[in-house]
Amino acid sequence: MSMINYAAREISCKIVYYGPGLGGKTTNLEHVYGRVQPNTRGKLISLATETERTLFFDFLPVDLGTIRGFKTRFHLYTVPGQVYYNASRKLILKSVDGIVFVADSQVERMEANQEAMQNLYENMLEYGYDLSTMPFVIQYNKRDLPNAAPLNELQAALNPGFEVFESQRQRIAPDPYHAGENLIEQIPTGEWVERAPYFEAVAVTGDGVFDTLKAVSKLVLKTLA
Amino acid sequence: MRSLQQFLYESNARCALLVDRSGQLVATVGEQPRFDATAFATLTAADFSANDQLARLIGETEFNSLFHQGEQESMYLVDIARRVILVILFDNRTTLGLVRLKVKGTVEELARLFTAMFQRARDTMHQPNILAGAEDEIDRLFQ
Repeated sequence: MSMINYAAREISCKIVYYGPGLGGKTTNLEHVYGRVQPNTRGKLISLATETERTLFFDFLPVDLGTIRGFKTRFHLYTVPGQVYYNASRKLILKSVDGIVFVADSQVERMEANQEAMQNLYENMLEYGYDLSTMPFVIQYNKRDLPNAAPLNELQAALNPGFEVFESQRQRIAPDPYHAGENLIEQIPTGEWVERAPYFEAVAVTGDGVFDTLKAVSKLVLKTLA
Repeated sequence: MRSLQQFLYESNARCALLVDRSGQLVATVGEQPRFDATAFATLTAADFSANDQLARLIGETEFNSLFHQGEQESMYLVDIARRVILVILFDNRTTLGLVRLKVKGTVEELARLFTAMFQRARDTMHQPNILAGAEDEIDRLFQ
């Protein structure tokens, strides 16, 4: 839940990077840390094992600018991706304002992606959060690898869309990030669905990292507007 | 705040921090911390959450307080109304016993205060909408 500090004139929001192990969640944060001005970010905290696998979480606070005289401060967290760390993963989701799902594009990781997405749904449900109504974007990472699955396959598996029931929302909403594609549209079977915005990325070089962060931050701030 | 200042004076503890359960720093009283307070608040909330889960595993509903002992500096963390964590930092000038003894009244007072505050927030359902109508400004920020 976003917190507004009137004394410090600050809005703090929590964004969680979720996804399968070794998918690039920590790399996303490391890139953000390396690229933003030191005066607009805090320390990057990593609770990791000695082999640099995330044990509990990574944490990075960044300021993304000022709106209406309020500094917008985003607390970025990653969760440990490995399946057996679910207890820690669930804790990090508490009071979340926006989610980035970092999928590993490699064909062999498709099952791990789906498992992590399923786990995200389940953990959100246990908190009573509805993923279909909260800021949520998907990042397809490692697009540079030769064994990366085609985008349409990843979209079909991980981002088939939530059904839109309210008639006033059943109208085409173009995807602002991909010309010719829609976020809300009617599928051939007749249902209206809404997909999460998606981004292609190569987190190790930084490609797509800021596009993803900006998109989710914007969605989060719009929920306050 | 006056109650916390009084507590710090009586217990000889260095400083007290109030941290929201989601990891946001709410207030600090006493010596200004020389460390990164944002990171500290996040780790405090994570520490408390992890210990809550540990408590459940052994059949407790929660651990109401935690104590971390260092060679010079120690910290005592205590839950306030299940929403806020009070962290007390102290050194060798005082003892855990004195800190625990003196903080009891303050914890009760803060619990009453926060419970009433959360109740008021629930009753009025007041949602401060400070960004209402700021869509354009948000769009510009991310151009």
